Amino acid sequence: MTTPRSTVAAKARPGRAAGFDVARVRQDFPILSRKVNGKPLVYLDNAATSQKPEVVIDAVHEFLATYNANIHRGIHQLSERGTEAYEQSRKKVQRFINAAESREIIFVRGTTEAINLVAQSYGRQHIRAGDEIVITTMEHHSNIVPWQMLGEQTGAVLRVVPIDDDGELLLAEYEKLLTPRTRLVAVVHVSNALGTINPLRGIIRRARAQGVPVLVDGAQAAPHLAVDVRELDCDFYAFSGHKVFGPTGIGVLYGKAELLEAMPPYQGGGDMIKSVTFAKTVYNDLPYKFEAGTPHIAGGIGLGAAIDYVNGIGLDKIGVYEHQLLEYATVALSAIPGVRIIGTAKEKASLISFVLDGVHAHDVGTILDHEGVAIRAGHHCTMPLMQRFGVAATARASLAFYNTKEEIDVLVGGIHKAIEMFG
Amino acid sequence: MSDLRELYQQVIIDHSKKPRNFRKLEDANRTAEGHNPLCGDEITVYLLFRDDVIQGIGFQGSGCAISKASASMMTDSVKGKTRNEAEHLFEKFHQLVIGEGDKAGDPGDLGKLAVFSGVSEFPVRVKCATLPWHTLRAALEGRGETVSTE
Repeated sequence: MTTPRSTVAAKARPGRAAGFDVARVRQDFPILSRKVNGKPLVYLDNAATSQKPEVVIDAVHEFLATYNANIHRGIHQLSERGTEAYEQSRKKVQRFINAAESREIIFVRGTTEAINLVAQSYGRQHIRAGDEIVITTMEHHSNIVPWQMLGEQTGAVLRVVPIDDDGELLLAEYEKLLTPRTRLVAVVHVSNALGTINPLRGIIRRARAQGVPVLVDGAQAAPHLAVDVRELDCDFYAFSGHKVFGPTGIGVLYGKAELLEAMPPYQGGGDMIKSVTFAKTVYNDLPYKFEAGTPHIAGGIGLGAAIDYVNGIGLDKIGVYEHQLLEYATVALSAIPGVRIIGTAKEKASLISFVLDGVHAHDVGTILDHEGVAIRAGHHCTMPLMQRFGVAATARASLAFYNTKEEIDVLVGGIHKAIEMFG
Repeated sequence: MSDLRELYQQVIIDHSKKPRNFRKLEDANRTAEGHNPLCGDEITVYLLFRDDVIQGIGFQGSGCAISKASASMMTDSVKGKTRNEAEHLFEKFHQLVIGEGDKAGDPGDLGKLAVFSGVSEFPVRVKCATLPWHTLRAALEGRGETVSTE
């Protein structure tokens, strides 16, 4: 992330940085006013899933309550309206990541399905025994296992870019791993366990220079950073709706049109065909070739509403505010005796993984929950990364733009309670 | 803080910090590994099981306070017991931690293990408390496979 410099005025009044009013924003999220264990909810598990603003809840509700119908096939009014709303969402996604065309936006269940789609469609078409797929140490299991499965099917092997103790990629090692056998680079934009923002431009430029396509796992980037797939020049970009304040069960695979055109379908069924006989099926055009079956219509419409909402605030303002929160939280957590932050890259999104001397992350999680604070404790679906840092699990506080300094203070108080209990 | 203290009783915290029988048993004739993929808890249980009696037991691994204390206290309570007695104790313990302890008859059977009653108020932690016991069962059955709480 190019970190926008916060102004003096913004520093003096965090929460109202550059016209950003966190108190107002919080009113958009009904769940933020509830209590947990008798305490106000402090939701710091945004990397797992984000909360939903009322406009998203309303959009889903309105579809289900007033124009629910199947899409792309009905000749009646409800179906037309549903189709229109769903396809509008596709265009919103296109603009959100600055794709060249809306047919480059494939709706899927989430990041996981998007990566599996590329592995099974593009991968099985292009990757052979002895070929190499380059990933990194900080990948989520969903950007490891699909490639291992492809490896089992084809005989291709994984090459893993190492990281340093701060959680930054060793780019010199990456360059060495790019060989004439490299067929694909699959890399995470923002690490879900460390917060590291990877220097994608250089990574992609280097791979593209030798004709290797790059898939980016953008699940943790889309809620925090303005993504421009054309500027990045990535070949595939995947993210999940539910982490950008939309519903679960809907996500996006962006792919360059010429690649998607040449790829075989991932699943067969309705909607992905032009014509079917028992002798031969003609597949549909993009994006429908990759969207077999009735899609998650309500989810797609909800995602469109979420993107409108995020755009309404502005990712630039979100970035400035979240960076202030991250700095505040980093200072506050570092000051607690026994806390060690895992992931200290120079460029970080707003999440903090930490371990606490003598207290297991799971116990930290339970004690915090008692204070109304929701965090994640565990391996974060990054078991190889946990091994790299020599820890079985970490506690992770992941922040969104609706979090506040006061909530960080509650987190810090909860950690002190954990220390006291185990002291 | 009160029900948290019910969960994290001092005995549990003591056992989690200084687990008993926390070692590899060199003369073990049965071992099993247990794994909770949700939180990453891992445990290996080593048994010297002869003449239908648990003559020696040890464990190693990493995990939260609940799983570590549970493993520690389990090893203390099953040493010298037959397989059926250990199974019986597991059943009682399981009923206790899922909050059905009252129906299980005499709570006195459980002895010190009764300190785990607070777990029943924290359903997500039941797996932490029972992982060592599932692993013990696998070792007793000589299955030699990794048990998972999933």
